[in-house]
Amino acid sequence: MIELKKVHKSFGDLEVLKGIDLTVEKGEVLSVIGGSGSGKSTMLYCVNAIENIQSGQVMVDDISVHDKRTNINTLRQKIGMVFQQWNSFPHLTVLENAALAPQIVLGKSKSEAEKIAKEQLDHVGLGDKFKEYPTRMSGGQQQRLAIARALAMEPEYMLFDEITSALDPELVGEVLDTLRLLRKEGMTMICVTHEIAFAREVSDKVAFFHKGVIEEIGTPEQVIVNPQKERTQQFLSKVLQ
Amino acid sequence: MNKFKLKYIVYSIIILYFSFKAYVSIKASTLTVYDLEFLLEGLERTVYISVTAIIIGTFFGIIFGWIKSNSGMVTNLFVSGFLDILRSVPLIIQFILFYAFMGILEIDISVFWVGAIILSAYTAAFVTEVVRAGIDSVSQTTRRAARSLGMTYWQDYRYIVFPLGLRAVFPSWISIVLSVIKDSALVSVIGYLEILKTTEELISKTQEALLLLIGVGFFYFIISYPISLYAVHLERKLKI
Repeated sequence: MIELKKVHKSFGDLEVLKGIDLTVEKGEVLSVIGGSGSGKSTMLYCVNAIENIQSGQVMVDDISVHDKRTNINTLRQKIGMVFQQWNSFPHLTVLENAALAPQIVLGKSKSEAEKIAKEQLDHVGLGDKFKEYPTRMSGGQQQRLAIARALAMEPEYMLFDEITSALDPELVGEVLDTLRLLRKEGMTMICVTHEIAFAREVSDKVAFFHKGVIEEIGTPEQVIVNPQKERTQQFLSKVLQ
Repeated sequence: MNKFKLKYIVYSIIILYFSFKAYVSIKASTLTVYDLEFLLEGLERTVYISVTAIIIGTFFGIIFGWIKSNSGMVTNLFVSGFLDILRSVPLIIQFILFYAFMGILEIDISVFWVGAIILSAYTAAFVTEVVRAGIDSVSQTTRRAARSLGMTYWQDYRYIVFPLGLRAVFPSWISIVLSVIKDSALVSVIGYLEILKTTEELISKTQEALLLLIGVGFFYFIISYPISLYAVHLERKLKI
């Protein structure tokens, strides 16, 4: 379970998160929508301590993420993350990209790590690209590689930060299909996304962020189909045009 | 036969031709075998001091480069200031001043080490900038991705930042190496008998200035050229 309790986060004088309370149960999919600068990506970064917080608490399976005594590298093994920029490691082949972390972080043998990596690459449909270098692949393929690379760590949670925003429109589908697959397998996910239709389709819960607070949260029906708050309505009418 | 091979065959023929010419000229000159041995010893010292400076300088350059790309303003200012002095003051002045200070402070240190220390510091000053640029060339988002996989700070350096940064700045490092080899000639001002100094002495002894300078130029070439060749090869191999 991922829990955020009264999380405050500022960059200098700018307060980006103004007391976020949020719970994601095991097996749940939460989509986070909202305009740029609403703090949705920052919230995601706070979950695996890429960004620190000023006050409040982030709990992952009852471990306090921002506690100084918490070994963050160990905790991150549970939490996979995929970013807007796909960030493949360009000096490594596709297989090495996915096998590196299991090998050096989890201490698995090379053959074991490669076995897991191959499984996950097959999983996202890159089974024929093991020896390819990422720079020769399309954005969509690289993004699927990033997903496989995170999955190879066998995480319990996955965080997705606008992973289709930097893709050409025709490549968005293949990445979303991969997410649908994970959803079917019961992966717990938080997806920050601009794909409203997708959020509506796959989510158990949707949260609308506005200026650092959760303006509205509920089922996709509640938030996307019948938004109650004026700001949510305005936002949706803009993006759904 | 490809172009590449042809190039080397042509080179070999030219080298053989000039070697023969050189042999004839040396035969006809007043140079003795002992003079040539003396020259080769100078060559050896040039290689010795250059390699020392490159190893030590690169080692410290990596440390300072890391400090520069990671530390706050104050440390940065301090390190930069120090390195800027090293880079801006002509090497020849640094050799003389440092040698003089060692004398004033009555520190017993060989000419070799005076030269090696200054040359290392000079190398480090340049390598620092190269290393900093290398580290900065690896995007924050890539490093963030590495850390999000649970890699530690040092694993991120070892497996991501180092191999990527190296590719970005390897050519710059090679040009530093090549310039250090040539700059090592300046150690002669404090009396270190490297190749240029030995040549000077032989010139005053034998009056064979032209022949000797061509010879010594050729020696520098045969040290430097294989390095740049190998660098090109490595660069191709590492290319992403």
